[in-house]
Amino acid sequence: MLVLVSPALLVILALIVLPVGWLAWQSIYHDGFTLENYRRVFTEDIYWRSFALTFEISLAVTVIALLLGYPVAYLANSVPKGWSILILSLVVLPFWTSVLVRAYAWLALLQRTGVINQFLRYLDVISEPLALVHNTFGTVVATVHILLPFMVLPLYATMQKIPGDLMQAGASLGASPSLTFLRVFLPLSLPGVLAGCTMVFVLCLGFYITPELLGGGRTVMVSMLVSRNVELYNQFGAASAVAVVLLLSVLAIFFIVSRFISLDRVLGQK
Amino acid sequence: MMRTSPARIGLYVISALVLLYLILPVLIIAPISFSSARFLTFPPPSFSMRWYQQYFANPAWMQATQVTLTVALLTVVIATPCGVAAAYAISQSKLRIMRVIHMALLLPLVVPIIITAVGIFFVYAKVGLVATMPGLVLANVMLGLPYVVISVLAGLQSFDPAQEMVARSLGMNRLRSFFAVTLPQIKSSVIAGGIFAFISAMDETIVALFISGGQYQPLTKRMFTALRDEIDPTIAAISTLMTAASFMLVLLASTRQKKSG
Repeated sequence: MLVLVSPALLVILALIVLPVGWLAWQSIYHDGFTLENYRRVFTEDIYWRSFALTFEISLAVTVIALLLGYPVAYLANSVPKGWSILILSLVVLPFWTSVLVRAYAWLALLQRTGVINQFLRYLDVISEPLALVHNTFGTVVATVHILLPFMVLPLYATMQKIPGDLMQAGASLGASPSLTFLRVFLPLSLPGVLAGCTMVFVLCLGFYITPELLGGGRTVMVSMLVSRNVELYNQFGAASAVAVVLLLSVLAIFFIVSRFISLDRVLGQK
Repeated sequence: MMRTSPARIGLYVISALVLLYLILPVLIIAPISFSSARFLTFPPPSFSMRWYQQYFANPAWMQATQVTLTVALLTVVIATPCGVAAAYAISQSKLRIMRVIHMALLLPLVVPIIITAVGIFFVYAKVGLVATMPGLVLANVMLGLPYVVISVLAGLQSFDPAQEMVARSLGMNRLRSFFAVTLPQIKSSVIAGGIFAFISAMDETIVALFISGGQYQPLTKRMFTALRDEIDPTIAAISTLMTAASFMLVLLASTRQKKSG
């Protein structure tokens, strides 16, 4: 049996375990052991500002995705099967469109001469085009779009398991629909909320293409810090240290979440 | 049970808006790709195939397309058997270490892709695999493996291993019984896993940005560079073709999965 897994395991060891290990080594070793790279990451302005910005954007994206995703998952859960299949297909449809293609689509929609600005000017709502892209706003709009399916799917899966009779029991005991929702349905859907939020937050922490293309160079997220240190400045040690801190943040989040819900629930999607 | 209360109507409106937000970008690309305008204008002034002609007439785009298709096909050919063998072993073996191996095979989904990309770049730089075809294929095999493993493990869950025992008790060896009894029953999830690995390789951008170069640049790397410099509707034409390809493959994969029940 071990023979059967060995080709796959070899690929994983050579192409992800070794490279990540290499990064970790490179972050602490340069002609001798040094913590200089980590000192820079934690003390220099440009680094911790980027980390702070990345966590802020990820938090904002997660909250928005939850606010937008919950009603959709709730509706899909409460309508007849045919309708829920339609809703869920619309949710996963963009899932199968390349991230690059969608970045292009958002540029076409949001830029100064883009579809949204032209439409608003046609309606005479605005006289000057709005700056909707090449800033944090454009990044958040496109990022929420890409990550929303990762929120809706675990929410829907959890809601499916909540027995409908519980709501009827609540109603028969005299509770109003909003009270049964708040006291029965919402608490029971919390594992799905946690699973969805974890996935969205963690994926957002490492986002690269969307902020690079839609952030206009001003929204420097951690992933861009890594790539710039490699491509522009040849600061391999610093890039490695940033990557290690990012990876440790992700692993820490998964570890904390695994104390509350099974990780299969978080990773089981897709 | 549900009446059309104001809350319910609010739910419909919000959900409809969110769904519109989700599909609008996907729907906007095709009309732009058939527009005759040099710059993005919506609605398009008139119908034209010029961006498709530009794509097919440009040797650089054609070379990139060839690289993408070759990489994606080789990825499927290598990742599928590796993934099937691994999934079979994980589902059959009771060794405790298999749980750890199972987790390890899902690592590409857990580690942020930018970290994987930079790490592979450093390793490839040492061994001379940067800007080569084997380097690109190997990286995509690694990224595609989890999809094959997840899909095949799901297929094996509904398969009764006792059937294989019967075949072996009747004198078949393990290998033959796998190909004669097990494989035909999990065929659909194997094909679905392979298709997902293909789509993953076709769409992969970030690792390619770091490790590909020269004549071995896939479509996505050239698209990324083009998008950073200027917005050219040729990209809309390519995007439309890529999206159509993904959707057809997903449709194929999901009909396959349904057949396996």
